[in-house]
This record gives sequence, C-alpha cells and structure tokens, in this order.
Amino acid sequence: MTGEAIAFYVLAAITLASGIVVVTSPNLVHSAVALIPALLGVTGVYILLNAEFLAGIQVLIYAGGITVLILFVIMLTEGGTGLRVRQRNEQGPIAAAVAAAVAALFVALAGGRRGRGRFRRTRRARSGRVFSARTCCCSRGRRSCCS
Amino acid sequence: MITLTHYLVLSALLFGLGLYAVLTRRNAVAMLMGIELMLNAANINLVAFNKYAAPGAIQGQIFALIVITLAACEAAVGLALILAAYRRFETTYVDDLTLMKW
Repeated sequence: MTGEAIAFYVLAAITLASGIVVVTSPNLVHSAVALIPALLGVTGVYILLNAEFLAGIQVLIYAGGITVLILFVIMLTEGGTGLRVRQRNEQGPIAAAVAAAVAALFVALAGGRRGRGRFRRTRRARSGRVFSARTCCCSRGRRSCCS
Repeated sequence: MITLTHYLVLSALLFGLGLYAVLTRRNAVAMLMGIELMLNAANINLVAFNKYAAPGAIQGQIFALIVITLAACEAAVGLALILAAYRRFETTYVDDLTLMKW
C-alpha cells in the first residue's frame, strides 16, 4: 500500500462519510457542518491530483465562504434543528433507486475504458520508445496529423 | 496504485449522494447542499482527467476553477432567493412553495 493509496482511501472515506451525514441527517445544522469535512476531503483529493492552487481556492471559497453562507441562511430562516419537523419527503426509496442507478451508470462508464480506451497517456512505438498520444502520428511519418 | 478509475468512482458516488439529497430533502437549503456536492463531484472528475489523460495541460483545472466560481455565485443567488421566499411565505420547505403551481 503506497502512501498515495492510503491518502486516497482515507480522503475518500472522509468525503463519502461526511456526504452521507449531509444527505441523511435530520438535523439541518448537522448537515451544514458536515459539509465542511466533505469539502476538505475534496481539497485533499485535489492535492493528490497535483492541483494545489485549486485546493487552496476550494478551501477559501467552498469551506470558507459557501458553508458560512449556508449557515447564515439556516440561522436566518429558522429551518431550525429540524428535530420536530420531517426533513425528508415521501420519495425516499424512489430517489435512492434513481441516485443509485445514476451512480452505477457513472461507475460503469468509468470502468469500461480500462486498457482499451483513448485515455492512455502514452503509446509505445515499435522501436520501444515512449511517445505521447499527440506525437505518435508525427513520429511515424504520417503527414495527416502534423501541422 | 491509484488509477483514473478510482477518482471516477469516487466522483460517481459523491454525485449520487448529492442527487439523493436534491431529490429527497424538503428544506431548500439542504437541496442546495446536495447541489454543492454534485458540483464538487464534477470538479473531481475534471481534475482527475486533467492529471491522467492530459498531464501537461491545465485546461481541466481552469474548467474546475470556473465551476467553483459559478457554484459560489449560484449558491449566493440561490440563498438570496430562499431568504426572499422565506420573508414572503414564512417557510423554506419546497413542498409549501406552491404559488406558481398551475
């Protein structure tokens, strides 16, 4: 288990667990506060993906601005803690089925391109040298894709 | 070894969670939180493709930056709408906001 794998799984667990709290908590303030670790988990994912600037912007704008704004509006509109009011409508099972279907569709689309798709970074030419996908045509002497 | 598929699966699950929140919750602010989760899932997708499919490019991160900006503006406008509706109807539950229903 490399460090990157450990970091990814920890961050994914934090993000998804906080997301579940955001989505299913009967207490509205708990949902809003749980949004913060969810967004910070996404920040960690950005850092893993070498997008440090985006991670900083995410913390500033999302965790620092939008969640505070949401908490303001919760306090101003007396959504309250929601402990006496029903927070979920009647479409729970259908909504869960639809959301699960959409997520399964995306997972199937994600896994279906493994090894066969166009998103491989490099392609090995016959000589064994490694080219990027853009220069392979040019290196083989085809003029069609060289400008 | 973390491949592109790991990030895409994480993004898909996060998107499903956000979609469930939008479909199920009665409070408008809670629906907005679901929308924020969906936007973050899309951003993870963009940045993951930027790293794995186009390593030298930055367009994925720029796109994600624009999405973050738009999400911030949309959250501000949406919350202002919720406040205005609350001032008029004394409720934030979308089941009760039926004035424009035909």
